[in-house]
Amino acid sequence: MSTTLLVVIALVLFVIVIFQLARTTEYVAMLRGEEKAQLDADKVNARLFLVFMIGGGIALVWSLVHYEPYMILHASSVHGQWLDSMFNITLFFTGIVFIITQVMLFYFVWKYKHTKDRKALYYPENNKLEMWWTVIPAIVLTALVIIGIYRWFQITGPEPADSMVVEITGQQFAWNYRYPGPDGKLGNHEYEYIDAINKVGIDFNDPAAKDDFMGSEMHLVVNKPVLLRIRSKDVIHDVGIPWFRVKMDAVPGLTTRFWFIPTVTTADMRTKLNNPDFNYEIACDQLCGKGHYGMKGLVIVQTQQEYDEWASKQQSFYETMVKGTDEEKRFADLSAQLKTQKAAEAAKEHHE
Amino acid sequence: MSNEVSSPVVHPVFEGDETHHQDSEGELHDHGHAEHHKEYFFTKYIFSQDHKTIGKQFLFTGIFWAFVGGMLSVIFRLQLGFPNQSFPILETLFGKWAPGGIISPEFYYMLVTMHGTILVFFVLTAGLSGTFANLLLPLQCGARDMASPFLNMLSYWFFFMASCVMLTSFFLPSGAADVGWTFYPPLSGVKESAPGAGLGADFWLVGMALFIFSSLLGGLNYITTVLNLRTKGMSMNRLPLTVWALLITAILGLISFPVLLGAAILLLFDRNLGTSFYLDKIYINGHPLEGHAGGNAILYQHLFWFLGHPEVYIIILPAFGLVSEVIANNARKPIFGYRAMILSMLAIAILAFVVWAHHMFVTGLNPFVASVFVLLTLLVAVPSAVKVFNWIATLWQGNIRFTPAMLFAIGFVSMFISGGLTGIYLGNSALDIQLHDTYFVIAHFHIVMGISAFFGMLAGVYQWFPKMFGRFMNNTLGYIHFWITFVGAYAIFWPMHYMGLAGVPRRYYSFDAFQSFNMFGDLNKFMTIAAMLVFFAQILFILNFVYSIFRGRKMTDPNPWKSNTLEWTTKIHPGHGNWDGPIPEVYRWPYDYSKNGDEFIPQTEPYRPGEEKLHH
Repeated sequence: MSTTLLVVIALVLFVIVIFQLARTTEYVAMLRGEEKAQLDADKVNARLFLVFMIGGGIALVWSLVHYEPYMILHASSVHGQWLDSMFNITLFFTGIVFIITQVMLFYFVWKYKHTKDRKALYYPENNKLEMWWTVIPAIVLTALVIIGIYRWFQITGPEPADSMVVEITGQQFAWNYRYPGPDGKLGNHEYEYIDAINKVGIDFNDPAAKDDFMGSEMHLVVNKPVLLRIRSKDVIHDVGIPWFRVKMDAVPGLTTRFWFIPTVTTADMRTKLNNPDFNYEIACDQLCGKGHYGMKGLVIVQTQQEYDEWASKQQSFYETMVKGTDEEKRFADLSAQLKTQKAAEAAKEHHE
Repeated sequence: MSNEVSSPVVHPVFEGDETHHQDSEGELHDHGHAEHHKEYFFTKYIFSQDHKTIGKQFLFTGIFWAFVGGMLSVIFRLQLGFPNQSFPILETLFGKWAPGGIISPEFYYMLVTMHGTILVFFVLTAGLSGTFANLLLPLQCGARDMASPFLNMLSYWFFFMASCVMLTSFFLPSGAADVGWTFYPPLSGVKESAPGAGLGADFWLVGMALFIFSSLLGGLNYITTVLNLRTKGMSMNRLPLTVWALLITAILGLISFPVLLGAAILLLFDRNLGTSFYLDKIYINGHPLEGHAGGNAILYQHLFWFLGHPEVYIIILPAFGLVSEVIANNARKPIFGYRAMILSMLAIAILAFVVWAHHMFVTGLNPFVASVFVLLTLLVAVPSAVKVFNWIATLWQGNIRFTPAMLFAIGFVSMFISGGLTGIYLGNSALDIQLHDTYFVIAHFHIVMGISAFFGMLAGVYQWFPKMFGRFMNNTLGYIHFWITFVGAYAIFWPMHYMGLAGVPRRYYSFDAFQSFNMFGDLNKFMTIAAMLVFFAQILFILNFVYSIFRGRKMTDPNPWKSNTLEWTTKIHPGHGNWDGPIPEVYRWPYDYSKNGDEFIPQTEPYRPGEEKLHH
């Protein structure tokens, strides 16, 4: 408490000092004459802009070099690499514009500061110039748009035929992973079947669902395309996996999708980064409540062999958690209910 | 001056609208009105219908909210810069929201939600448009007051009511809203989804509805005044760029704010009346959400961003106008490319309506639809670039006077370049995949709104403070204010680009759980300290502002900046009706600076024989 009080007192005193300084300089300026005072201020501030430009430029370069290893500049996925080169192209063009405009701004501000003999030039317009600096940016931006949309359609287009599928369902505040099991097909799901045990509402009437298994992490196979089917149980979440350049909202009531091809195994990343504890992490990227910052998921990229080994040890959710338990009975009741409900709705539609 | 001033015919818009009236002979006369009303304290200062007073009311309230919103950010930046560190003062001040001197996640989310809401709407919309449209439009157009002073007064008081509702929400037991300033359902639509999704959220929605009424009433006035009440000779192509900017802003607001009102009302219905516009298939807190089915959460996002995107242009356009005026005046040069500046603002305004879904690229939007929005979004970069080039060209061969206003205008250009360029990355949907909802976005919108637009507002305050109060703000404090803020703002927000590129998500209370994100500890400390310094500089500004109203150096020259525009042709303390005699007539555009040896030629000066006329 006393620290705070001291800090506050110090700040107040500091402010008073600055205030008095400011008032004094104003009196002095009035005495010396407004014109002279303004001229001096012009000189100082113009110089400060130049200093800012140079100092800022140095700080910029230093920070880029220093933080480069922190930024994930080389993606671990196929489409991620497309996006990296797209990013670099954008950086090239915007970097040029950034440097030219900022330098011109600060240089002009310094060079054309008011001095006793300076007169401004009455030059109100130049339509030809306007045309050039409209057309050239438009051309560059069109190029960026074309590249961008081309890649966008590739990324959002249909997944390759040999893709594996994983369903990831977000909830406050965790991720649920469902795998298709040996038949390679994810069973259907229905909102009405969600409960404390059947967390993602698997429809056990669907034969394809009987061998689905749940996991505590996302296991993927290196160089094999994977389609993520993304769902949510409560509010909007988002599956974000920075190293793979994956980002897609999880919306209750819908299933969204995102496919990609991981290119570096977890083990190889650990070697590459010289970090034996490295893991690919899923972050929730849409504010979902007070636990939003804690919704971490783990992604493990393995060789096909390692994955098969892991998968063979996983047991069907139906067999282990549902069959022969109260949950099975509960599901049967819910299922019957849902069937009646759907029949009634269909009948209504027929009549309308 | 003859009494036969033939100004445009004006009819009182509403009963009791006494600013313009006909005398007994049925002729419209322009003369000052100070002698006609008896003014009570209440009608002169509180429920004033004078646009200049209303402008000040918006400014004072805007400054109050800027202080609150800035303070909120210092608190949550304490958590981000010094996580897990106890500051006992926080528990003293905030009790249950900061147990053990560490702010709780619930409190953190309340802080970021209200910070965004307050700054976007209450400071940068009401505080910026409200202040300067009210102050400048009638004066710069050559009108006695707004078209409807009564509606104008109402627009401030609806803003005041909205402010009361928002402020009160902080003191509710469950606290203010904590679902993000964007308020997406189902998080905001289901009361049990978060602590601040309860009563605080209802207060927020009601507060926003009141705020929207305020904006609409103001906007109606601004448009009508500019279109109908310009003085003789003030054709549209002789209007200062401030007026153009504020006019276009008002049109944008008029069309887009009602959509947010609709979105908010539907949300209130979902929350309180059992409807399901946005809700479907929700299983929350261990139970299904009964009675809500068939809605679509994405509908809200379309409705929200249909306002939300134009909103950011509503914020930046007035800054464009103010900065153009300040730069031309202080460089003693015509603004370069007056026509191009107007056309670019029009282009930006039109495009503003058709880019909203670039906020929704990763919602599962139809990819083809998304691609259309990519094209339109990157298109809007073109007129923005043109404006930047024009400002720089205005400085070229100028004769630059560095008042605090000019410093902020120059700083604006630098910031707008930085922030605008990162928009090009975000608007390209494929790149947005990586950058969406990361610190890269935070960097972008803070630099372009939080700083650029704010700098425009500050430039306006410093430049027009003498007009409002007949005194000057202290220059030394102004210089200190600028340099700390300019350097500090870059220090706070530039590093966020790096964090964004590393994938660090926004709206995270802490990064402890993630090895991917927890390496920016030192950088976060640095940004927090910079934020505190910048906040401190704003306190200096507020002190300067308040002090100077009462004890600032007095204006002796009614046109201290040697400006050409009409507001400087009134006397130093303009009364009701602005001009004592008839309203001046206008003969030229406002940018004849340094023409043929004349340092400035006010709009009220006719063309000399043989003087070169532009197309204005």
